Amino acid sequence: MTANGEAPRTVSKSAADDQQSTATSVDDGSLGSSRVADPVIESRDLDVYYGDDQALDGIDMTIPERQVTALIGPSGCGKSTFLRSINRMNDLIDIARVDGELSFHGKNVYDEDVDPVALRRKIGMVFQKPNPFPKSIFDNVAYGLRVQDQDENVEQQVRTALERAALLEEVEDQLDSSGLDLSGGQQQRLCIARAIAPDPEVILMDEPASALDPVATSKIEDLVEELAEEYTVVIVTHNMQQAARISDKTAVFLTGGHLVEFDDTDKIFENPESDRVEDYITGKFG
Amino acid sequence: MSTPPTTDDSGFEFDESAVRRKRRLGKLFLGLCGTATLVGIVALVALLVDVVVEAWGWLTWEFLTYPPSQIVEHYDPSNYGDLPTGPGGLYPAIVGSIYLIVLTAIFTLFLGVGAAIYLEEYAPDNRLTRFIEANITNLAGVPSIVYGLLGLAVFVRALQTGASLIAGALTLTLLILPIVIVQSQESLRAVPDSMRQASYGTGATKWQTIRNVVLPEAVPGIMTGIILSLSRAIGETAPILMVGAATTMFTPPELTDPTGPFSAMPMQIFEWAKLPDGDFQHVAAAGIVVLLTVLLLMNAVAIYIRNAYDPRG
Ligand SMILES: Nc1ncnc2c1ncn2[C@@H]1O[C@H](COP(=O)(O)OP(=O)(O)OP(=O)(O)O)[C@@H](O)[C@H]1O
Ligand SMILES: [Mg+2]
Repeated sequence: MTANGEAPRTVSKSAADDQQSTATSVDDGSLGSSRVADPVIESRDLDVYYGDDQALDGIDMTIPERQVTALIGPSGCGKSTFLRSINRMNDLIDIARVDGELSFHGKNVYDEDVDPVALRRKIGMVFQKPNPFPKSIFDNVAYGLRVQDQDENVEQQVRTALERAALLEEVEDQLDSSGLDLSGGQQQRLCIARAIAPDPEVILMDEPASALDPVATSKIEDLVEELAEEYTVVIVTHNMQQAARISDKTAVFLTGGHLVEFDDTDKIFENPESDRVEDYITGKFG
Repeated sequence: MSTPPTTDDSGFEFDESAVRRKRRLGKLFLGLCGTATLVGIVALVALLVDVVVEAWGWLTWEFLTYPPSQIVEHYDPSNYGDLPTGPGGLYPAIVGSIYLIVLTAIFTLFLGVGAAIYLEEYAPDNRLTRFIEANITNLAGVPSIVYGLLGLAVFVRALQTGASLIAGALTLTLLILPIVIVQSQESLRAVPDSMRQASYGTGATKWQTIRNVVLPEAVPGIMTGIILSLSRAIGETAPILMVGAATTMFTPPELTDPTGPFSAMPMQIFEWAKLPDGDFQHVAAAGIVVLLTVLLLMNAVAIYIRNAYDPRG
């Protein structure tokens, strides 16, 4: 039902036009305010199916290093699916099938010789609902270190991760108590600490703040911006303001699993190419 | 709105009588359920009281620590003083039952939990798997004597174990395996998927996920299932009767020689109960009290484990 053939799909380099009336969707425009960053993750014509249903249709996207890339779009448009296809968490869903290419540092992660476990050690993940293990705070954060055999100096690494996740101060003297006894917001920061403890390169976050109150949310947002100094962050959010505030790049997915527009966040929010994106962002539908 | 004008009062009264009728129905149902519960409890208590009264005075320390005797007077505490052979008791059968349960527990733990982990975590979800799972559930309903016959044919005859401790333990293992597998599978299934995802997302392998996240969460349920099944197995008579457990043994079996003969509490109790002398009913009752005590203790352990290892406190 959509005329997706004409939806401008800006791929690879950022194409922040200085001439806002230019209707082209070429990718050789002059670089705007954004700094040039190496691509870490590139998706080429990526399709994902659940059984016979197609959830993603021909996604082309280049995710730059050490920046925050936000994925927005209405419910069911495939944001989580895309996120999970980056670290092959879709492998855990029996009926999921992936076509096309998704490369990490130029290597297609769906190649035969890629071990998804090794991949996930480079690409950590934080989920929508905080899901700490029913273990102590310490053991939660140490979990990744232990399963990845990085068990030298675990104590120090755990503290560093908690510190970076802005949680250390609050839990410093209860590291042995259960992670389940923390508040929702603290649990989510615990999960972030768990994800960053083994020092991955990329952190995927699927609506990490959607279950949290505004104060906890703003803590997570600050944290995400800080994390982007060291990590590449890809974050799904339903909150436009959040995407606008914290991300460098924004990808707008619309119903049917199409990536309608992908560009610098400023450009998407101030001057999107597609009317449908504008409608979505301004809340005319969604 | 457009409803005919009825006063609030009349509407209210109408409602109330309807509620009252429903409430009477509810009370009736409550009464029925209460009676059903009561019948069960009364029957159980009557049974227990009867057995304990029968056993009263016959259940002594000597009863627990001496081998059985053919002569009923040997069991009577008032005769203990002038017996050349020593008092009669249940000792070899108690030891036999304990060894039987220990061996059964070891076999069940490995086979039952192993099968459950395979079926729940590894096996592809296809028609064969579903067929196998359905049949495991069916096996749980097969009468225990059938397992006894199977044990007789497979272990005693084909594998030449003889009427031995190991044959009895393997037969009891077969008997409770379906229940243990189903129960363990349910415990594994109850572990939230978000836990598994958290583990995989942190770069854990499948085995690391099972070992560190899934099993610890499932252990209380699995252990409860195993212990409750074992407490069923310890009271089973038919299967070990079929594989040829001795009705009376004067020495306890050796754990170092699992191919030797053995007896077990239910066998010995059955034997006593068959004897014509009326006083043997007291001896049998004393045996039943011992068996029930062991059974209740095992259930208590199961409850304790369920509470103590619940990671959510
Ligand atoms: N495990 C699954 N099995 C089958 N279909 C699925 C599964 N997960 C997602 N889908 C389908 O794929 C499509 C995209 O789902 P996805 O979860 O990626 O959307 P989303 O953009 O993350 O939505 P939301 O904002 O509500 O989280 C939906 O139509 C959904 O029904
Ligand atoms: Mg989602």
